[in-house]
Amino acid sequence: MLWVDKYRPKTLDQVMVHQDIALNLKKLVTEQDCPHLLFYGPSGSGKKTLIMALLRQVFGPGAEKVKVENRTWKIDAGSRTIDLELTTLSSANHVELSPSDVGFQDRYIVQEIIKEMAKNRPIDIKGKRGYKVLVLNEVDKLSREAQHSLRRTMEKYSASCRLILCCNSSSKVIEAIRSRCLNVKINAPTEAQIVKVLEFIGKKEGLQLPSGFAARIAEKSNRSLRRAILSFETCRVQQYPFTTNQAIPPMDWEEYVSEIASDIMKEQSPKRLFQVRGKLYELLTNCIPPEIVMKRLLYELLKRLDAELKHEICHWAAYYALACSVCNLFAA
Amino acid sequence: MAPMLQSSQPWVEKYRPKQVKDVAHQDEVVRVLTNTLETTSCPHMLFYGPPGTGKTTTALAIAHQLFGTRPELYKSRVLELNASDDRGINVVRTKIKDFAAIAVGSAQRLGGYPCPPYKIIILDEADSMTEDAQASLFRFSWIIEPLASRCAKFRFKPLSEEIMSSRILHICKEEGLNLDAEALSTLSYISQGDLRRAITYLQALRKTVLGAARLFGSSISSKDLISVSGVIPQDVVEALFTACRSGDFDLANKEVNNIIAEGYPVSLSLSQLFDVVVEAEDISDEQKARICKCLAEADKCLVDGADEYLQLLNVASHVMRALCDMPEEFNYES
Ligand SMILES: Nc1ncnc2c1ncn2[C@@H]1O[C@H](COP(=O)(O)OP(=O)(O)OP(=O)(O)O)[C@@H](O)[C@H]1O
Ligand SMILES: Nc1ncnc2c1ncn2[C@@H]1O[C@H](COP(=O)(O)OP(=O)(O)O)[C@@H](O)[C@H]1O
Ligand SMILES: [Mg+2]
Ligand SMILES: [Mg+2]
Repeated sequence: MLWVDKYRPKTLDQVMVHQDIALNLKKLVTEQDCPHLLFYGPSGSGKKTLIMALLRQVFGPGAEKVKVENRTWKIDAGSRTIDLELTTLSSANHVELSPSDVGFQDRYIVQEIIKEMAKNRPIDIKGKRGYKVLVLNEVDKLSREAQHSLRRTMEKYSASCRLILCCNSSSKVIEAIRSRCLNVKINAPTEAQIVKVLEFIGKKEGLQLPSGFAARIAEKSNRSLRRAILSFETCRVQQYPFTTNQAIPPMDWEEYVSEIASDIMKEQSPKRLFQVRGKLYELLTNCIPPEIVMKRLLYELLKRLDAELKHEICHWAAYYALACSVCNLFAA
Repeated sequence: MAPMLQSSQPWVEKYRPKQVKDVAHQDEVVRVLTNTLETTSCPHMLFYGPPGTGKTTTALAIAHQLFGTRPELYKSRVLELNASDDRGINVVRTKIKDFAAIAVGSAQRLGGYPCPPYKIIILDEADSMTEDAQASLFRFSWIIEPLASRCAKFRFKPLSEEIMSSRILHICKEEGLNLDAEALSTLSYISQGDLRRAITYLQALRKTVLGAARLFGSSISSKDLISVSGVIPQDVVEALFTACRSGDFDLANKEVNNIIAEGYPVSLSLSQLFDVVVEAEDISDEQKARICKCLAEADKCLVDGADEYLQLLNVASHVMRALCDMPEEFNYES
């Protein structure tokens, strides 16, 4: 098992960062009730970890017994039936999915699954009705229609089904949905907090950390805890015992973007443009999202340019990243 | 066996007004509707406005007031369709047809209000109905023109701070909570006219601040509210603005990265930055105008799904160029 999974805290009491939020979440679900929740924050900041720990707090260890299923939905869309396939993770009390994976037909999934869950409402020995939790990932990537179709559902089925929504950028979630949830902001851990987690893992693994080593990993992680733990493990695989100035390997694709930036800086000719274009395609065919490529390329170029050009480059990055995402929308 | 969870009613539902007259702030709407309810004629109505201002509440209250006293009638007279149910062509067509097919009896008076000889269809969230479904609605003989032009339109305003406060105080009283004046105005401020949001905050804080032991008369402070609301601390926004003033691109980039890492919604940073800019005394109107223009453009881009970091960085770049009197357009000769 990768360290990111192995050392993912299981309960709200065990978390090493966001302790204050964990404590509040714990209080929030006492009296066996909780509002719809929207978790938002940068990737690798610990949202998923908190959500899973919260489910465990609410439903007990049973929440960890999840089964992974590839489910097919047959949707009656009037003139034809649509088959939609999606992977779900579910326990007795909750279902988790990323509806945006099915593209613009995501709204059918959202509509079907909630109704289904409301029908199979759990009933306890005393005949009292409980609720189920639906965890939806990447709600910022849901189509507008799917987002709208959550609105009244969230009110109508609020007694039988609670939603936990998770996303990176809350600006992309429609206001009507934000209004229906308690919004929980999960900030990226600070470098100091990341160092603490890395040292904890190092200790558990019985490793000797040279001084400043964890700090260097944290510095290169862009405040993503996942990123930091992954590169820590890579370092361990590459060379142990660690040395004080051991290199912290960047991700392959990032190195590739860095090369592209150097190519661009060295020569500005049609021929070079053609080469760079090929390299960019290479990244896209490896499923690195265009927005991510654009941001990384900007990052690399900003390191190399003088002040005036920085403004211009950042303008065009914003412009073309938006153009990419609009194209994606139509292609979907 | 896993512990069973009991769900109780969230306060937003618990305090949803059941009568049209109890809908707060929407005075004109309420006046017109109260008149309508006393006669038997009823126009098609279209409610519009921002979230949490009472649209669904009002529609349900009308239905309830007209037919609620006769539950056996309610089912055959009120049809609720919303974006959450599948509203493809077929559904809308068959559901409405079936519903309209059942004949209604003549008008009878019931509990002060007439029981009107018509049925109600609530098309909640009509704006998000699929287009073909909207089109199929037009084909009904009684709706020939596009929907909107056949409806009496009612605009629901964001609730004013006063109304919001009085509604919140009412709930606090019912639930045995204390809010001081400062907390009350903070709550109104962070909810931005959305009463649903205010009530949600209140219920969450009741639990997190006061804990499970429910002490009657315990209080919630303004600080507690700020910490749950995701509002950006003023010094964070100021820091970005100061960085822009300095003319140092890398410094501004660092502040932007910080805002993103802290998870502050960029749409919110834009509006808080707007406040800072408008209030700044040492910058010219022209500079302010330049900045406002770029803020507006970025806001639009965010709605269209643009990346938050890139938009905020671009805004920072514009603000910096405006403050340091650098040209707005880029120079392409050479
Ligand atoms: N004008 C109001 N008077 C009293 N309570 C209100 C009012 N507006 C909103 N509320 C409270 O907020 C909750 C949500 O309101 P409602 O469902 O009517 O919002 P809406 O306008 O339909 O919003 P959306 O556009 O998001 O569907 C209600 O249950 C009620 O508790
Ligand atoms: N509170 C925490 N304490 C310790 N480690 C954590 C914590 N939150 C996250 N992690 C580690 O960071 C990794 C990434 O977190 P995750 O919750 O998946 O991020 P997100 O869902 O925000 O992208 C986890 O696998 C876990 O190892
Ligand atoms: Mg995640
Ligand atoms: Mg509504």
